[in-house]
Formats: sequence, structure tokens, C-alpha cells
Amino acid sequence: MARIEFQHVDKRYSGAEGLAVNDLNLDVKDGEFLVLVGPSGCGKTTALRCLAGLEDISSGDILIGDRVVNDLPPKDRDIAMVFQSYALYPHMSLFENMAFSIRMRKAPKAEVESKVREAAQILGLEKLLDRKPGELSGGQRQRVALGRAIVRDPAAFLMDEPLSNLDAKLRVQTRAEIARLHQRLGTTIVYVTHDQVEAMTMGDRICVMRDGLLQQVGTPQELYEHPVNLFVAGFIGSPAMNFLTGRVAHDGAAAALALDGLQITLSGRAAAAARTCGDGQTLTIGMRPEHLDVATAHTSNAVRVPVLVDVVEFLGNDALLHATVGGTEVVALVPVARGVAVGDRVELAIADDLVHTFDPQTDHTLGNTAAA
Amino acid sequence: MTAVAAPLTTPRQGRRQGRLRRLFSRSTVNIILVVIGLLWLLPSFGLLVTSFRPAQDFFSAGWWQAIAHPFTLTLDNYRHILQTGGIGDAILTTALITVPATLLVVLIASLAAYGLVFLRWRGRDWVLVLIVALMVVPLQMALIPVASLYRSVGLFNSIPGVVLFHVAFGLPFAIFLMRNFYTGIPKDLLEAARIDGANEWMMFRRIVLPLGKPALASLAIFEFLWVWNDLLVSLVFLSGSSHVPITVAILGQLRQFGSNIDLISTASFVSMIIPLGVFFAFQRYFVRGVLAGAVK
Repeated sequence: MARIEFQHVDKRYSGAEGLAVNDLNLDVKDGEFLVLVGPSGCGKTTALRCLAGLEDISSGDILIGDRVVNDLPPKDRDIAMVFQSYALYPHMSLFENMAFSIRMRKAPKAEVESKVREAAQILGLEKLLDRKPGELSGGQRQRVALGRAIVRDPAAFLMDEPLSNLDAKLRVQTRAEIARLHQRLGTTIVYVTHDQVEAMTMGDRICVMRDGLLQQVGTPQELYEHPVNLFVAGFIGSPAMNFLTGRVAHDGAAAALALDGLQITLSGRAAAAARTCGDGQTLTIGMRPEHLDVATAHTSNAVRVPVLVDVVEFLGNDALLHATVGGTEVVALVPVARGVAVGDRVELAIADDLVHTFDPQTDHTLGNTAAA
Repeated sequence: MTAVAAPLTTPRQGRRQGRLRRLFSRSTVNIILVVIGLLWLLPSFGLLVTSFRPAQDFFSAGWWQAIAHPFTLTLDNYRHILQTGGIGDAILTTALITVPATLLVVLIASLAAYGLVFLRWRGRDWVLVLIVALMVVPLQMALIPVASLYRSVGLFNSIPGVVLFHVAFGLPFAIFLMRNFYTGIPKDLLEAARIDGANEWMMFRRIVLPLGKPALASLAIFEFLWVWNDLLVSLVFLSGSSHVPITVAILGQLRQFGSNIDLISTASFVSMIIPLGVFFAFQRYFVRGVLAGAVK
């Protein structure tokens, strides 16, 4: 087990214009499950490869335990990596695949045997040890890749989108399996994914990246409740947060957001944020679909948004409403019992302390939404 | 009112037609393949039959009559070439040239291709371009300069000299073939091995070499056939030697007697049967190896 630290790490590929990883500072605690998440090309995989030693860093320091590992070859970093493609050796049996790393370290035969059997038992692969990877299903291959990492008993596991080749059902199962494995072994895991659901469900903490820059690090709940900017707000949460951008209109003590042809009266947190803006200044408000509901006569302390419903997706208990307001699409997750139909004009309401506010010029969160 | 035209064939008829068409096209291909096969096989078969016939028969009747009456096949020709004609020595010389040349080409090419694909070094792409460019250099161009070079270093009329020449001219294609095959090996495998603690040599020996087996087998067959069947290089570099390979020996027989077709056909058949055996032994890999690398 070990702590991992990135200190002002830059990575520039030769011939590339920008930095693939830009001044990354990140501290992964001992035994922590940290997820690096972001859209493709955001630098998350590059950061992981730098940590593994498969790429050289351009500047800064990477520490594993208390050692600076910048110049150490991958084999001396005491890490194990699970690849997106599994990277199983196709000509070797599962046993040989899992034994490869400790055999390279010249472990005694008995130790190889016992470690491989133990890992196989943890992952339910005992009966398959004589098979070759080509004879296995995707899920089994994935487990072998995990087994290969376990056998090494490393200071940290690095996982590069290990679930992206599995179908949806298997992905959910394996997700739980990896989480259980983490609880059992207690080893530090750095996990890369582009799937925010994976990130939210698995990570102790999540690190959101974009264009090589770290956007925010925090627990799933922190990121969900207090995103620091528009990008994190839109990336974390499914369905994604709705954004409405308009001009602030002050009317005495009250504040409103003027959109195309309509005004939304702000209250609570949103109004407080609006008061920090000048009259006519642009402001973006963010509303999570699951926080929106159809307004009733009893709704209070809420921001109300009148919309025209154009699509209703039935999900069982809830329905996903796709509606438009002032030319912008708004999605809301409401109970089916509300009985909203296509073509209805309804008022959606959101408790005013759940409204997020952003400065559209800087993309940063406004008001009292504390950065994690 | 719009009328919908009734389909001219029922689905079942359509399926049958499709099957017939497939059968026809498959049998056409098969017929063409059989014809090509026969065209190649017939002379070889003729050679085989001739090698078992007495010399005088050759001038009186074609080989296809040998099977008919009167039945006059003999092992004399084989006995003769193995005992007197120096063919045994020639086959040994050919093997002494072919086996080392093939092994060296396979070994060097597989290592060089590893360096070109999996190692990062300055000028790598230019070296590849150079190797590809060398593939178009005709062997004949180098005969005279290399011959004079060999004379000055004492390699002329020596088997190592011929081996060296074959290796040099076999390598560009060999490296190119192996490189193309290796590029199909996922880089993740090597990276996984690197993290697992393997050094470059272990990655080559434990991962790349076993995965490259089909390509290595095809390359070995190609190289073996080329060197075994070579006449020109041996003629230039070994004609003054007391030990000549079988191709030169057969030519020598032809020149000496002009008409001893019985011995020549026997020697030719012997010279043909060994590479044929090698080919059949590796045939399974060969087909896979030729396809491998073409489609990833």
C-alpha cells in the first residue's frame, strides 16, 4: 500500500502543441480508490501512464510512497496495471498469464503456485487455469486481468478503463466486484474512466479533468452538490444538469433572470448570487433534472420555470420530460403520477437552495456553493 | 390504385437460387484451381517418372508411356547418382548453405523487426525506409563488387561467403515481413510485460517470438526455398570450389554429357523433394503467416 502524489506534473508529447497534462497536483491517500474522470483527450489516461512509467513526464515529480519515481522504469515502481484491452498474453494459459510477473521476479515455484491459486480463488477462476485467454468470455478475461494484478501484490493498482469492453449488465457486476476487491485488499487504486456513473459509484474520491487541467477533486457527493464550475456541473450527474443563461434584472430586493421573452424570478441561493451581479449582467443557473418537479399550488421557496413539454420518456416509476424554455432544452425527472403529456405547458419548480449559479464569462460557480 | 407486383420467386426458391449460385461459383473456382494445380503438378510428375526410367527409353517414348506396356521402371538412376555423381556431396553442400542462411535471416530479421517496431530511437523511420529501398536493389548488381571483395578477404569459393551473400540479400524482405507482422501485436501486451518486470530480451523471447511464430515459419520457408533453389549466386561464388550445391552440380552434369537426362531428372527430383518436405512440414503456419499482418 502506498500514497501517490503528483506534484506540478506536466506532460507534453513531442510535436504536440498543448500540454496533455498541465500542472497536475494530486494527492492519492494510502488505500484510497481515486477515479480520474473526464471526456476523451482530457489527459486522464496520460496521467495514469505517466504514473505507471509508460510515459516520461516533461516536468514535476511523481511520488509513490515516499520515493520520487520520475526516472524509475515501470517494473521498479511496484504497481500493477489493468489495461482496457486486458492485455492478456494470448499464447499462455491463465496460470502462466497470472504467474508471469512473479516469475519475472524469480519467485520460488511454490510461492508462484500458491499466489496464483489464491488470486484465482478470489476471482473464481480456479477451474479455468489451464485455458488460454482466447477460450474465455469478456467477463472472464477481465477477471484474469485483475487476477494478474492481484498476484503481484503491488503498492497500487492502476486501472485504465477496465470495464469499457464489457456489456452493460456485466459492467455493473464487475463494478461491484472491483469495489469488493478494494475493500478486501485495501490497496490504493487509481482508476481511469470516461463514465461518470462508474466514477460516482466506485470512487472514494473523484478527480475531474479537462484539456489536461484538473478541474476538481472531491468525494462523489461533494462533486454532485458543489461543482466548482460549469464543466464539472454538467459532467457529473445523469441525466446532465440543465443550464439556463439570461440577464440579471433587479427589481428592488427581488432578482430575476431574463431569458428570451420571459422572466424567471429567483429566490434563495440563486437570488443571493444574482445580487452580486450588476443589472443586465449575464448569469447561468443550473438545475439537476431530478431536483425539478411539476409545480403545484403548494410549492413554496422554489424557482419556477414555465416550459412546453415536447417529449415524455417513460421510465417506470418516473418519466423524463424533455421540454423547452426560451429556446433552451430542459430535462426533468418527475414521478409518472404527475400525468404530464406531450404538448402540455407546465411550470417546473426547483427548491431554491438546490439551484446552482455560474458566471458564464468565467464558467465558475457563483455565490455560496463552496469549492471542494 | 397502386398494384403491388407479386414476387417472381418465393423465398424458398430464392434461397435455392442463391445456393445454386454459390455452388456454381465455388465449383468454378475449384475447377480453375484444379487446372492450375495440374499445370504445376504434371511436369513434376513427369520428372518423377523420368527419374525411374532407363536412359534409352527417354529417346524412344514420352514419360507418360512408361506406365503403359512395357513396364520398365528402375532404381538404377538413383543408385547411380548417389554412388557416383557427387550428388550426395552436392546436397550436403546445399544444406550447409541453406540451413545457416535461413536460420541467420530468421534470427536477425526477427530481432531487427523488434527494434523497428517496439523500441523508440532516433532515425527509426529512416532506417525502415532504407530497408524497404534495399528490397528493390537487384542481386545481380552486387555480384562483381562482392566477388572482388570476397577475393581480397578470402571468402571467394567458400561456403560462408555464399551464406553471407544470401543473408545480406534476404534480410530486407525478411525484416519488412517481420516488421509488418509485429505491428499487428498490440502494444498493450508489451507494456503489460514491461510493468510485469520483463526486460527487452524477455519481452522478445517470451511475448513477441511466440506470437510471431506463423510469420517466422513463413519466412523460414521462403528463405529456405530461395536459397535451396539458387543457382546464380553459387555459380558466381563457388564455381571454382570442389564442393558445389546441387543446382550447380545438375548444371555441370548437363554440360558434361548433354544427353544424360535420366541422371539430371533424378538429381532434379531429389533437389526438389527436400524443400517440398520442408514446405509441407510448415504448411499450416505458412498459410496463416502469409495472411497474418494483411488483416489486423
